[in-house]
Amino acid sequence: MQAKKRYLILFSAGTCLILLFCFGGIQVPLSRRGSHRRDDRSLTGYHLGARWRRLSGFMQAFSTLGKDSSDELHGHMSPRQKRDTNSGLYTGKRCRMETCFDFSLCERNGYKVYLYPQLKGEKLSESYQNILASIEGSRFYTPDPGQACLFVLSLDTLDRDQLSPYYVHNLKAKIQGLPLWNEGKNHIIFNLYSGTWPDYTEDLGFDIGLAMLAKASISTENFRPNFDISIPLFSKDHPRTGGERGYLKHNTIPPYRKYMLVFKGKRYLTGIGSDTRNALYHVHNSEDVVLLTTCKHGKDWQKHKDARCDKDNAEYDKYEYREMLYNSTFCLVPRGRRLGSFRFLEALQAACVPVMLSNGWELPFSEIIDWKTAAVIGDERLLLQIPSTVRSIHQDKILSLRQQTQFLWEAYFNSVEKIVLTTLEIIQDRVLEHWSRSSLMWNSHPGGLFALPQYSGYLGDFPFYYATLGIKLHPKFTAVIHAVSPLVSQSQPILKLLVAVAKSQYCAQIIVLWNCDKPLPAKHRWPATSVPVIVIEGENKVMSSRFLPYENILTDAVLSLDEDTVLSTTEVDFAFTVWQSFPERIVGYPARSHFWDSNKERWGYTSKWTNDYSMVLTGAAMFHRYYHYLYTHYLPTSLKNMVDQLANCEDILMNFLVSSVTKLPPIKVTQKKQYKETMMGQNSRASRWADPDHFAQRQTCMNKFANWFGTMPLVHSQMRLDPVLFKDQVSILRKKYREIERL
Amino acid sequence: MCAAGKYSSRGPALIPRMKTKHRIYYITLFTVVLLGLIATGMFQFWPHSIESTAEWTLEKGSVHDAPLIRLPVSSPIPERGDLSCRMHTCFDVYRCGYNPKNRIKVYIYPLQRFVDELGVPISSTGLSREYNELLSSISDSDFYTDDVTRACLFIPSIDVLNQNSLRIRETAQALAVLPRWDKGMNHLLFNMLPGGPPDYNTALDVPRDRALLAGGGFSTWTYRQGYDVSIPVYSPLSADVVLSERQPGPRHYFILSSQTAIHREYRAELERLKEENGEALLLLDKCSNLSQGAAIARKRCYKGQVYEYPEVLQESSFCVVLRGARLGQAALSDVLQAGCVPVILADSYILPFSEVLDWKRASVVIPEEKLSEMYTILKSIPHRQVEEMQRQARWFWEAYFSSMKAIGLTTLQIINDRIYPYAARTYEQWNNPPVVKWSSVNSPLFLPLIPPRAPGFTAVVLTYDRVESLFRVITEISKVPSLAKLLVVWNNQNKSPPEGEKKFKCPECTAIDGLSLDQTHMVERSECINKFATVFGTMPLKVVEHRADPVLYKDDFPEKLKSFPNIGSL
Repeated sequence: MQAKKRYLILFSAGTCLILLFCFGGIQVPLSRRGSHRRDDRSLTGYHLGARWRRLSGFMQAFSTLGKDSSDELHGHMSPRQKRDTNSGLYTGKRCRMETCFDFSLCERNGYKVYLYPQLKGEKLSESYQNILASIEGSRFYTPDPGQACLFVLSLDTLDRDQLSPYYVHNLKAKIQGLPLWNEGKNHIIFNLYSGTWPDYTEDLGFDIGLAMLAKASISTENFRPNFDISIPLFSKDHPRTGGERGYLKHNTIPPYRKYMLVFKGKRYLTGIGSDTRNALYHVHNSEDVVLLTTCKHGKDWQKHKDARCDKDNAEYDKYEYREMLYNSTFCLVPRGRRLGSFRFLEALQAACVPVMLSNGWELPFSEIIDWKTAAVIGDERLLLQIPSTVRSIHQDKILSLRQQTQFLWEAYFNSVEKIVLTTLEIIQDRVLEHWSRSSLMWNSHPGGLFALPQYSGYLGDFPFYYATLGIKLHPKFTAVIHAVSPLVSQSQPILKLLVAVAKSQYCAQIIVLWNCDKPLPAKHRWPATSVPVIVIEGENKVMSSRFLPYENILTDAVLSLDEDTVLSTTEVDFAFTVWQSFPERIVGYPARSHFWDSNKERWGYTSKWTNDYSMVLTGAAMFHRYYHYLYTHYLPTSLKNMVDQLANCEDILMNFLVSSVTKLPPIKVTQKKQYKETMMGQNSRASRWADPDHFAQRQTCMNKFANWFGTMPLVHSQMRLDPVLFKDQVSILRKKYREIERL
Repeated sequence: MCAAGKYSSRGPALIPRMKTKHRIYYITLFTVVLLGLIATGMFQFWPHSIESTAEWTLEKGSVHDAPLIRLPVSSPIPERGDLSCRMHTCFDVYRCGYNPKNRIKVYIYPLQRFVDELGVPISSTGLSREYNELLSSISDSDFYTDDVTRACLFIPSIDVLNQNSLRIRETAQALAVLPRWDKGMNHLLFNMLPGGPPDYNTALDVPRDRALLAGGGFSTWTYRQGYDVSIPVYSPLSADVVLSERQPGPRHYFILSSQTAIHREYRAELERLKEENGEALLLLDKCSNLSQGAAIARKRCYKGQVYEYPEVLQESSFCVVLRGARLGQAALSDVLQAGCVPVILADSYILPFSEVLDWKRASVVIPEEKLSEMYTILKSIPHRQVEEMQRQARWFWEAYFSSMKAIGLTTLQIINDRIYPYAARTYEQWNNPPVVKWSSVNSPLFLPLIPPRAPGFTAVVLTYDRVESLFRVITEISKVPSLAKLLVVWNNQNKSPPEGEKKFKCPECTAIDGLSLDQTHMVERSECINKFATVFGTMPLKVVEHRADPVLYKDDFPEKLKSFPNIGSL
């Protein structure tokens, strides 16, 4: 036993030693060898294993306060002189707004765009005609070059590929002959294609002088930041206005689709831009990563044909492009001959998150769009990593990327008009500088085209950003009563309405908009109320004046009222509490609906009691005061004039506007008794509602408006919001808004 | 510990044949082996820290111990920076590699003292306090690696923060002899004061091949968008002065100008503005009657009256930051620190970190030409916007300006975001101050979508053992036309779920709303609410007073014409 014990001790000690040696002892020389390897390129003075170490003790500051600045004081030249030399120095490829653009033209008359008259015999491509028409239809258009801040040529510069049938010859001479050209100052030139086989340069083949470029497929190398604008490549079938909606109809969770990553397109075999597409087969796995190429393009593709072509071509024909597009989580967007491709917009619309493989492409509207939120910016050099990269993206992120593709598509890309307006608004932001939109306004719903920075620089003044910024709404509303008939009796509905609204605990003030031909009634004729009543004489007494952004409106909410509206205080209170939950929508009482009349092939308007609605009449509705601004400044004069001439349809137009901003229906709240239908013909005989033409006009309006918007923005809803205990079988005393139930 | 457990569990098989005495030997033995292993393990895994702490104490305060490198006159000079450089042309992305953490590795060269052939140093200051701080904070960060072979980005320890203290040619030569220089590829230089008299270039004049430049004071002509990083000019007052954050709101002065090196043309313009608008403007200059010294940086004067700087900045809503000879001004940092909204007049200046920061929410940029209109422009800004800008300005300083560490790590994060764009920080992460991050609500389903009815809905029924009521629910809900699927979650471990149509009797479930009538149930739920609110740090629930009903709900209208006639007939 003793021997065994000793033996065991010896054995264990031995093991101990061996283990110690193995783990500790041998390691020392090994690590030394390691550091040898690291510094194989060492130089004298760069000793082995050396690395950065923090130092302590006294050290000088990098700049001595005062000393450097006093140097500056004596040294530098007059700033005014400097500005002048700069504008002479930085032209051509180094153009910037401050050196190549004349801001003073915009200060005089505001931001106006002039179109050159079309020259006889000058052919314009369909796309260019659409661009010009969009500008002409916009609120920026001016027919007077003396008023203009920006000039647009009526010479088609879209296709500068010499081999293309749309190529315009002698452009150089034609442009030099234009009397207003002025070296291209304050001009913007639209271009989709430049250069041709084999090098596809970005040169347009004529001297653009000091003009800005709005160009597709522009490279970062040629892009002059904050001067040029990168626009997307769009096809000649791209709709002029309206535009298709995104394909995402509902969100799916988890967000994965049948394919992870797809591509179907040409492979060039040789020449510029062919490398990436030639390498795609490395990543193709024919399961969830399906990247298909065909060698068939051009007449002589057989000449360049390589070993993989036949196999690739066969595989290519097995899949349908659209099927892949709609059923893939990610879509590869590699460069073609040029940097941009149609595929980019197609993927965006299809809610297929674009995976960019186009090194050096300045992405469309990169100045304002944060593409990281809607696309995966890949690197052509890292093609082989792409599958693992997209697989590593968390599903929450995919959900967000996908929704953002849809937002961006509808906000800036789905029609030529949107692309053109976005271009113009970007330039306007540069011109206004301190009044321009923040990145948040461009990159979140409803987007920069609907968020006008001239209204306010404060995001809390808009109906869209309360939640994102955690800003609280103004707790009160302003009532605007539209008065059209003279004040003759003390029992007139307008006076009752005024008293009822003034009693609301949320009412801050009441504005009476006097649009009646009779002079203003004396002050004492108005009832005494606890809130201030301001009477404003309407500008020209026209209908649109009810939606002017009056400076007196200081609250976020506006309660818009007709003079013959019958509302109780409780109803007003309730509507306001509902509006606080939906500040970007119209919340109100009487609702109407639209429908497509297939017999007449036009939109119809109905006031029948139906199970759904798409409009809430602004004779009794609560909405954000920003919509007053938008109505006045966003809508074209043509539509506002139509409303004023008919003295009708202003409410329909407001509903069109708000729904096109929100993409959502208005909200109807419950009302105490039947509105207007019972009132008509009794109290207000003069009411426009009694006019038989009135209804027919509204049909016409619907169609005119839908035509201008390019689409039908109204959305149906089947929902009405009632107070929580509304008509429930509980004691009326327990109900807060009990007045609403009483008849 | 695990190993010990294993041995003792194997013990019983051997032990019956031995005496307890031997058992003790075994235990001691194994303990010795174990201790030995642990000890070797310690040496294995902690050698770096042991080694470095040892050298740490040795090398304390040893700028002069750094090896001396003599640069021959003929030593090569790098090419001037290439203006067309972009990440995809001048940056070797392969060195960064695919990385599950999506984080770049940054190597810092060890300190060396460069001298020319005559032994004259290339820089008059050597390593500055700020650059030492910058490199130290990077070496303490997750970006740092001391393994040069694994690095994606290289930072020389040659201090080029201030061009004034550099000998341009020799500094360039020193860069070129760095062992991994390789035409400046993947090298990052930090410079805050570029250019020199008389024309003050807006980027560092040291030829630097393809190296990335983190520069203070870039103009739109020298800044390579997406390649360089525009950084602030660090103000030493950030560290020296504590200015407590003030609530946003109106201040005593409307506009304040505190810079001392303003060109006389602009000072005249400011004086004119002051004449027009009086007390609302305060124009400070340096104090002429004070003795020179460090204190002068902390004083400003107006007509003999002395003001404490930067404290006085807190007394104004807007603070002017005018260009000097250079575009970047340290005053910007002081102004932000004071929560004063900067009014930036420096044409073509690329604002610090403009790649990620939304300056429109924190500052007012006015063209130099419009200096005379400054007052009118600022007056037109709504009060609430000014307050938001004040808050935003202070947040920018705290997060991105306040120390060399903040400046250095922000720069690295920006480069990191370019290399791993799919894992980049979001606009909200960069721009929203903590107070907004806490109070904002960002729905994961943010797109306004009205889903089509066709796919219907899935009903999920949670049940414990009230089978009768479960079946009643199933029968009712299956009548709904748009039901696509019904999912029953059987939440009872003790019973197996009923099969098929067989009905179970359930004596307990007599009351319909059994659970909600139970008092303890209500108490429990109140406790839940309180617990959740504590964990969330706030009460996220909102009270509303409305309820959604069908349009014609309870209206005096024929029921058969209503889409949802049976609602409310409980």
